[in-house]
Amino acid sequence: MSRPRKVALVGNPNAGKSALFNALTGARQKIANYPGVTVERKSGRFILPTGEPVEMTDLPGAYGLDPTSPDEEVTSKVISGHFPGEAAPDVLIVVLDASNLEQHLVFAQEVLALGKPTVVALNMVDLAERDGLVLDPAVLQEELGVPVIPTVAVRRRGLGELGEAIASAEARHPGPGITNLTQTERRVAAHAMADAAILSESKRHRLHARLDRMLLNPWLGPVILLALLFVVFQAVFAWATPFADALDAGVTWLHDTVKALMPPSLLRDLITEGVISGVGAVVVFLPQIVILFAFILAMEASGYMARAAFLMDRLMARVGLSGRSFIPLLSSFACAIPGIMATRSITDPKDRLTTILIAPMMTCSARLPVYAVIIAAFIPNTNVGGGVGLQGLVLFALYVAGVLGAMLVALILRRSVTKGEASGFIMELPKYQLPRLKDMAIGLWQRAWIFLRRAGTIIFTVTVVLWILLNFPQAKPGESQVDASIAGKLANGLAVVVEPIGFNRDMALALIPAMAAREVAVSSLATTYAVDAGDNEDQQAAELGDQLKSRWTLPMALAFLAWFVFAPQCMSTIAVTRRETNGWKWPAFMLAYLFGLAYVAAGATYWIAVAAGL
Amino acid sequence: MDIANQLQLVAISGSKSLMTLDLLPIGETARIVAVDWSALVPEEARRLRALGLEEGARVAVAHRGILGGRDPIAVTVGRMTVAVRRTHALAMNVEILERASI
Repeated sequence: MSRPRKVALVGNPNAGKSALFNALTGARQKIANYPGVTVERKSGRFILPTGEPVEMTDLPGAYGLDPTSPDEEVTSKVISGHFPGEAAPDVLIVVLDASNLEQHLVFAQEVLALGKPTVVALNMVDLAERDGLVLDPAVLQEELGVPVIPTVAVRRRGLGELGEAIASAEARHPGPGITNLTQTERRVAAHAMADAAILSESKRHRLHARLDRMLLNPWLGPVILLALLFVVFQAVFAWATPFADALDAGVTWLHDTVKALMPPSLLRDLITEGVISGVGAVVVFLPQIVILFAFILAMEASGYMARAAFLMDRLMARVGLSGRSFIPLLSSFACAIPGIMATRSITDPKDRLTTILIAPMMTCSARLPVYAVIIAAFIPNTNVGGGVGLQGLVLFALYVAGVLGAMLVALILRRSVTKGEASGFIMELPKYQLPRLKDMAIGLWQRAWIFLRRAGTIIFTVTVVLWILLNFPQAKPGESQVDASIAGKLANGLAVVVEPIGFNRDMALALIPAMAAREVAVSSLATTYAVDAGDNEDQQAAELGDQLKSRWTLPMALAFLAWFVFAPQCMSTIAVTRRETNGWKWPAFMLAYLFGLAYVAAGATYWIAVAAGL
Repeated sequence: MDIANQLQLVAISGSKSLMTLDLLPIGETARIVAVDWSALVPEEARRLRALGLEEGARVAVAHRGILGGRDPIAVTVGRMTVAVRRTHALAMNVEILERASI
């Protein structure tokens, strides 16, 4: 049998393409990247009413085939069959927002002019009706010369008819194609078609405008945004705690059970101290990541994210960026990888490069394990007044340090290496919509899966390798295992470099595997001290925090925190940056400047703390 | 719309209701009569056109800036709201439409 036919969804941004894609393919989707670019390639299977399975792809939203961003470039190239390694789709589904026809029909005509078998999905007809807009799809079908199917993706309305139209699209082709027009002619035609298709139109819906009046109010708007961001970060820390504790208890139980069941051996230690403790130390952060992404997805799906970008534009302009950079940077608080991928919608290349370069300074969730462990061990849980705890304050300061550092670097970069014309800000503010539970669930599941896969692969491998390096060669009696091991010897070399900024050998040792991912620093400290404790059961049982407290001074701990505000210790981020910027030049630059900053920040923190007598 | 048409429009409408888009008061509806495309970065010019912000479009300013600033500006065009910077609005000449013709 030949390969399944390929069907691609195209349309303007905000046409409801992704919701339609989710409705057609269900939860079993494959997310990958188009080779060479970090534009997400979403594909899934859809069974036509004839029983034939087709491969469905969701192309990035585009306003035209003449691209103005990397996103649009992918769409344009895939449709025309010019994307290397990607077969041209056999059938196109043009998705239109029923309540914004005069805009969306412009791109629809451009796609139809390609003369490919095409079906038009007149999407979100329910929202149009809510806005008092009654449409006649037959008129559009007549004008466009291809089947026009009214759909409501979220209620699965029209999906069967859409399937039938796809099944017969190629047989019906070639239809009476629309001749090549100029952009202006298409716009005039779009207006005429929209007017003809609208049967009746009552007073325009006001909810949208009322919400905007409040949320984009020059004074109230920023206050609401700030309050929302506060709730988000509060939620990430407070709501996640019970789930994280439960996961932690599960990991401990598994550790103890395996330890009790297996006879004492090196293999048992590898499984309990290496695999379970190491991977477990990272997996407990899943709830925080899920909560942060839930907020980000909800802000995007509701249409608020674009308003946040509008409100932030003025501040971002101060450092030479635009409101568009706000979305990738906010995502980077969860993880820099989706953050860097979100920069693809930024039109200006210099603007985009700057955003990519500063994204790793946003405090991602992988830093949380490091911050949480060190803060809990060294910062007293006292109240500094007004119900604000000192621990929380230190954590907040670390976030602020990252943001300020990023802003400062952006300012400098935009005046030096990424110098260019002041970047503009042009962005559609989509209609407000209630986020759909199913779309949210699919999005969250995909993010959680990516995180768990990372824990199961990179972090698993690194933990095991570190454990082996720590345990071989075996120490002679009376000698410390860590000192005797290969890892200990490697760390001794690095320790010379980091000694001036107050780091000891154990810290240097933690930095090496943490190159893979920051959170590994915690698991490697845990592994190191567990190995170091040897057969001393009392010492082995001691919490990591107590271990740290007995071995590190306060200035050392603070320097370690300062280091992680800046240090680009994440292989995935570097890999994504390389792919995104098409070469090693910018990731190398990113590594150099961030390590430089980390070294200076940690050193300054250490010596100031020592001078202050801490 | 060519230059001659634009000039004609400018001549007909008189100077009183003519201004750049950034000065259009909130709540007034206007028509874009001329755009100085050469003042804009080519990609941005194309993006603006793709969003329907070009000669002949009927527009209104919905929101303007935060904390008393004038940047950015939210413009309604058709059934869409589009955020642009003041520099873009400066390049667009608009003519206020009489309330009757809205």
